[in-house]
Amino acid sequence: MKALVWHGKEDIRYDTVSDPEIEDPRDAIIKVTSCAICGSDLHLFHNFIPAMLPGDIIGHEAMGEVVETGSGLNGSLKKGDRIVVPFTIWCGECDQCQRQNYSLCQRSNRKADMQAKAFGYPTGGLFGYTHLTGGYPGGQAEYLRIPFADRTQIKVPETDLTDEQLLFLSDILPTGWQAAVQCDIQPDDVVAIWGCGPVAQMAIRSAILLGAKKVVAIDCLPERLSMARAGGAITINFMEESVVERLDEESDGKGPDKCIDCVGMESHVTPSLPDTVMDRAKQMMMMENDRPHILREMIYVCRPGGVLSIPGVYGGLVDKIPFGVLMNKGLTVRTGQTHVNRWTPTLLRLIEDGTIDPSFVITHNVPLSEGPEMYKTFEKKQDSCIKVVLKP
Amino acid sequence: MTLVTDMTQSIAREPGDPEVVETGHSSLTGLDKAARALGWFSLGLGLAEVFAAGKIADTLGVEGKEGLIRTYGVRELGAGMMSLSLNKETGIGSRVAGDALDMATLLPVLMSSRKKGNVLIALAVVAGIAALDTYVFTALKKENARSEPPRDFSDRSGFPGGVQAARGAALKNFETPRDFQVTTREDQPPVPRLPAI
Ligand SMILES: NC(=O)c1ccc[n+]([C@@H]2O[C@H](COP(=O)([O-])OP(=O)(O)OC[C@H]3O[C@@H](n4cnc5c(N)ncnc54)[C@H](O)[C@@H]3O)[C@@H](O)[C@H]2O)c1
Ligand SMILES: [Zn+2]
Ligand SMILES: [Zn+2]
Repeated sequence: MKALVWHGKEDIRYDTVSDPEIEDPRDAIIKVTSCAICGSDLHLFHNFIPAMLPGDIIGHEAMGEVVETGSGLNGSLKKGDRIVVPFTIWCGECDQCQRQNYSLCQRSNRKADMQAKAFGYPTGGLFGYTHLTGGYPGGQAEYLRIPFADRTQIKVPETDLTDEQLLFLSDILPTGWQAAVQCDIQPDDVVAIWGCGPVAQMAIRSAILLGAKKVVAIDCLPERLSMARAGGAITINFMEESVVERLDEESDGKGPDKCIDCVGMESHVTPSLPDTVMDRAKQMMMMENDRPHILREMIYVCRPGGVLSIPGVYGGLVDKIPFGVLMNKGLTVRTGQTHVNRWTPTLLRLIEDGTIDPSFVITHNVPLSEGPEMYKTFEKKQDSCIKVVLKP
Repeated sequence: MTLVTDMTQSIAREPGDPEVVETGHSSLTGLDKAARALGWFSLGLGLAEVFAAGKIADTLGVEGKEGLIRTYGVRELGAGMMSLSLNKETGIGSRVAGDALDMATLLPVLMSSRKKGNVLIALAVVAGIAALDTYVFTALKKENARSEPPRDFSDRSGFPGGVQAARGAALKNFETPRDFQVTTREDQPPVPRLPAI
């Protein structure tokens, strides 16, 4: 089959690879009908997350049609079913799954020993996202093997909804949603969201759906800011204005009640934010893994007693975090990979009843063979690229 | 150390997983590869300038300038690391500036050196590399630029019924789960509030 394969830094190739096979009774294999490139894939593209191997298939946002099933699925899936694949693999039986912390599943990471050495204790398995989280082949491919397929799936009901409307149930829609739910939004809340990428776009919509009084979104790319405004946000261009001053104004001098980091480890490096230049220099000398500008800014601007919600991905060690400020302001920090299936019933209902149509975020819809070029377009934010959907 | 070895030992693809049969086209462009080649060249030259400054001084007939040559070597190492990193434009840009500096340094040496022939060869090599650096730098800049004007997505709300109708719409069927709550609820005893001053 054809697949997008990681070969090293900035080196994604459209390769021919062998087909996946059923390995366990709880497996299923789908023929992928649509998949997407995520901001998280850019961290791999830039080789900022360790434990990738040349030859690994990437991608963790996929959907398709079941073509093969293992013998242990107990009728939960059959050939021909149309499913969306959550990027977090979960078993449904372990203690964390029982608590609905699906991304922390204790059984789905088949390289748990290795991750435990680095993290203390392991987290769940993820598709196409390094050998720390199981080394599972990803979904930017013609076929995908799904482990624990009786749980790790979102069965699409008989419907006229298109792939484009459903695909983002795999990751960015529930990720933006969980980011907003982590804020426990109240009707008079001012919610500040860093980034206007695909995850942030979904977080903005989620905060509105959850009734936030005011949503303020921050980025520097005009096309993304325009899409944020369309969704109900007030925007700040951090290249043109002071984020701290504007947020103070927008919150009547109190600071935003809730802050969401939808940027993560690769904050823009620009001389107007000197800490980012320092971080980049340290990264090059392997003295720091991530560029945590957003964390510093959120801790500083958040209203005392407020919440920091961090869906943005971080990989390792970060410097100069004003922890004294965080502690003295009594801030609550919530973070994590998304427990995708936990939010599926709510989000699927909102799509089905026409409250939200997540396809608004797609700017590029092209064949899988154009994947290598699309990684570049998405990375360089060319052609106003926000979200790329690929068709195998 | 054992952690590192343990980790590398367990990084192996599982036997059942798909293997690459034939590799296809890559996201790395010709210019990306050229920038990497120039980056490695910088590292090589930088190392030579740092560790064999005496030999270079001798070849160019500029004994006594070893310190300067080593400084330029450190500059080359920096440019090399930068060109091999994600900030390759900055790296190649600093190579272009470095080429100019090299030429400005070599030109007066052409008058004073005992080995004018060697200096002339060095100048020619630097000029050739400078042309290559300049080409790669300008072409990379063009390839990576956001040349199209930004699109206007103000018609993409994502809410078929409009933003107004969407505000709070999820609350009909959704309540923040207990483990995600941080604020006191209305059905719980209210947080006593002091009268406004
Ligand atoms: N927690 C999860 O389960 C989960 C799931 C999906 C994605 N993610 C993470 O969410 C993050 C965003 O993903 P995405 O797909 O939207 O990526 P993206 O790269 O498209 O978006 C990042 C945005 O941040 C902006 N940005 C950079 N520096 C900034 C700054 N200083 N201030 C404000 N904005 C800034 C960029 O311009 C860009 O628009 C990534 O880190 C990704 O890994 C997490
Ligand atoms: Zn993702
Ligand atoms: Zn589990």
